[in-house]
Parts: sequence; structure tokens; C-alpha cells
Amino acid sequence: MTDITAIDCDVHPNVPGMAALAPYLDEYWRETVENREILSLDSMSYPPRAPISGRADWRGKGGTAGASLDALRTHALDRWGTSIAICNPLYGVQIVFNADMAVAFTRALNDWVVKEWLDRDPRLRASIVIPLQDISAAVAEIERCASDPRFVQVLVLAMGEAPLGRRQFWPIYEAAQRHGLPIGIHAGSAYRHPVTTLGWPSYLLEEYVAQSTGFQAQTASMITEGVFVKFPRLKVVLIESGVTWVPGFLWRLSKFWRGVRFEVPWVDRSPAEIFRDHFRLTIQPFDGPEDPDATARLIDHLKSDDLLLYSSDYPHWQFDGDEVMPPFIPETLRRKIMIDNPLATYPRIAASLSATSAA
Amino acid sequence: MGRHVVAPLADFPPGTRKLIDINGRKIVVFNIKGEFFALFNRCPHEGGPLVSGKLTGLVVSSEPGQYEYSREGEILRCPWHSWEFDIRTGKSWCDPSRVKIRSYNVSVEPGAKLVEGPYVAETFPVKVEDDYVIVEA
Repeated sequence: MTDITAIDCDVHPNVPGMAALAPYLDEYWRETVENREILSLDSMSYPPRAPISGRADWRGKGGTAGASLDALRTHALDRWGTSIAICNPLYGVQIVFNADMAVAFTRALNDWVVKEWLDRDPRLRASIVIPLQDISAAVAEIERCASDPRFVQVLVLAMGEAPLGRRQFWPIYEAAQRHGLPIGIHAGSAYRHPVTTLGWPSYLLEEYVAQSTGFQAQTASMITEGVFVKFPRLKVVLIESGVTWVPGFLWRLSKFWRGVRFEVPWVDRSPAEIFRDHFRLTIQPFDGPEDPDATARLIDHLKSDDLLLYSSDYPHWQFDGDEVMPPFIPETLRRKIMIDNPLATYPRIAASLSATSAA
Repeated sequence: MGRHVVAPLADFPPGTRKLIDINGRKIVVFNIKGEFFALFNRCPHEGGPLVSGKLTGLVVSSEPGQYEYSREGEILRCPWHSWEFDIRTGKSWCDPSRVKIRSYNVSVEPGAKLVEGPYVAETFPVKVEDDYVIVEA
């Protein structure tokens, strides 16, 4: 394990279109997709042509970014000396209303990731995308994929149909904990509700910025509903959530918990402590100030060196050049963020590396 | 530190509370089922008047959805922000080692003993044949 240099906890293989998933669908759904001319499931969370969806110098032919393994290798893995990268496919399977269709598309998506990405580069790992439209099917998909140790996480979106702490989702957490899979919550919406609590915003900028409020609500939900009392070994990774909102949010949550904690008596310690034990965040975007002292103070307010996980968010446009690590992150934290914290968060990655070095 | 007569026992029945002023210090004294407790009348959080706080039970839980209720009437909730305090120790539930209310010893003494001092009864005469509630503060 000594030669591990960086574990990139968030890269996005882009599905080029439904035609790419067709070989992984059964006959019925393949014909359905063809007859109904379902060409694409791109989500308005990441419109393909929007700057956030793909950095200009990473766009290939046709203008899409992150659509090929070669591109991922050239732009990210080889260039940044990445040892391990976790693929988080963002494709609109969560938006589909027909639960059977969602299950079929999700299975195809996970199988596509295995064949087109994991099987072709030993550095790659992936998250299991699950169809929350049908909880028992979601659990079955975890069970189906978990036998492949290259799946290291379960992936859901920041904004779904109901808050993630609700007990209806607990079978998912039971399966995830049992298999050593953190729950990755990624920016994005299933569009069951407006993406702001005020209603629909007019612009993509508003929608993207609003994601962090979705993360806050999910964090509050999972803590107050007692998910971590029930599943004490469960970890949650907030992916592409931004980082700097965390201290203020935890102050607020912990302060008001003191006054109404009898409403949720299973929350028997400060929510800030629970957060630090169970939640992790990827570092892109960081949403930090340019001033090094201010950044150091912000990191200080997190009150833990264990929370941050290295991520490029490739091919999303979060930074220019090779500045994957946000500027002014203290030197002493870099190794923890790049290697130690990801290994502590993802037991399946740690196990696979031990197995490799033993062999 | 002195010993102060709060009230004749007969005038301080269970389920009631009294606010007393000892040289400008406000102290709230509770009679809970015949047991007396005295606390500084100021919440350590923002200064809420604890004399107006609600007495509730303690609710804890071993699992989400389970509510284990005990010690009815022994938890004082500040009227301002509902922070909870243990009436027996003055300690807050949320941060017991750092956030606590000053508490004082309370006792019930016979009037015969009080007449000898060093007790202070500010507002009423002490009768030898009655019992009195005393706060050490």
C-alpha cells in the first residue's frame, strides 16, 4: 500500500446515450427504448453543454466530456498520478417515474460501468447506482453488485422524493453497512420537487448553488431520524456538495438540538459530533476563500482532519489546470486527504489494496 | 454564605415554587413531591428566568422510535429556549460538564432551632412550633 499516491473519490464516466446501455438491457426494455426512441437520459442537473458539466479542454468530439476511458486516463488518472478513482455515473435513471423501467435502466448502467470502465482499468472503482423508485429493488441491486469488490459505495442524489433519514430507506442502509459500502450522496435531483424550497429557480446558477441546501437537509434528516443509532458503522460521503457551508450548518443544527432534543431522544449527543463520526466530504468544489489564513480557519472550524476526501470531480469544471487540491490546503493535511481518509472511508478499497500487496 | 428562611413549610406545598431574593440574588425554590430544590434563577445559556420553566420528565431512547420516559417532574426546561436541566444537580442535559445552573442546599428545620440563629427570616416571624424551609446561599 506504500505506493498509493492519490485516491480520487469522484470522477464521472458519462454515458454517451441510451444506445450505449442497450446491450445491457433485456429484450423487452431494449425494444422499448428503441420503439419509444428514448435516446438519452441526460438530466437538467448537468446539461451536457453547460460549462459545469465539462471543462472546455476536456471536451472530446461532439463536445461531450468524460465519455471515454482514454480521455479519463489522459486528462486525469495518468496526468495526476491517480492510484484509484471512484466512478460515479450521473445518468437520469433516478428521474424515471416507471419503477420497472428505473430498475432496468439502473441495472444496465451498473453493468455498463463494469464492462466499459472497471474491466478496462485496474485503477477504477465504482458506486452502485440504485433505483430509489422501488426500495426492495434497490436493496436487490446492492446485493447483486456487492459481490464485485470493485463496487465500493452506494450512490444516491442529494434531492429525491423524500428525506433520506426516513425509515423507508433503512433497508438500504442495512445492506450498505453489512457490505462495507458508504452511502454516497451526490449533487443532483430526481426532480420530484423544486430544487429550491421556494419553488423553481430561473437559472442553472441558482439550481447548482441550491444543491448545498439539499445536502444540509439530507444531513439533518439522517442525523435526526437516528440512522446512525440504528446503523453505527454506516458512513455517508457528501460528493460535490461544497465544504465551507458545513461549520455554520453544524453550529445551527447543534444549537437548536439543545432546545428540542427531547423530540428526538435517540440523538443523544451533539449533531456536530455525529456528523464528524459518520460524514465525509469530497473536496471539489471546496467553495473556499482565496486567502490562506481564512482557509486554515475554515478547516479549523470542521474540528477534524478526517472529514475531507480528495476528488477531482472530473470532467466537471471546478478548477483550471492541475489544481485538483484547492489552493492553500495546509501541507500537513494533504496526505490525509489524498490517501488516509479515503482508505478509512472505503474499507473495500483498503481491502483490495492489502490483497494486492500481499499477492 | 448564610442560611435563609424561605417560608413556613405549611405555606410551601408540593407542586409549588417560590422565587426569593437574597441580597439581589434571585433563587428559585421548588417543592417536588415533598422534596425541595433550589437553583439560581438564571439560565446559563441566555439568562432566561427559570422560575417560569416547565418541569417535565426525562426522555431517553435506546433506538429511534422508542421513548423511555422517567423521573417525571425532575427536569426543568428553561422558558426561553427549552434547554433541559436536572433539578437534582443543576446540570444541563446537552452539555452537563460545562453548562450547569448553580444549585443550593435546601432543608426543613424546626422553628425552635431557627430562633437560635444564625438564620435570617426577612419577612415573617419564626414560630417555635412550626417547620420552615431553609436555603443555604
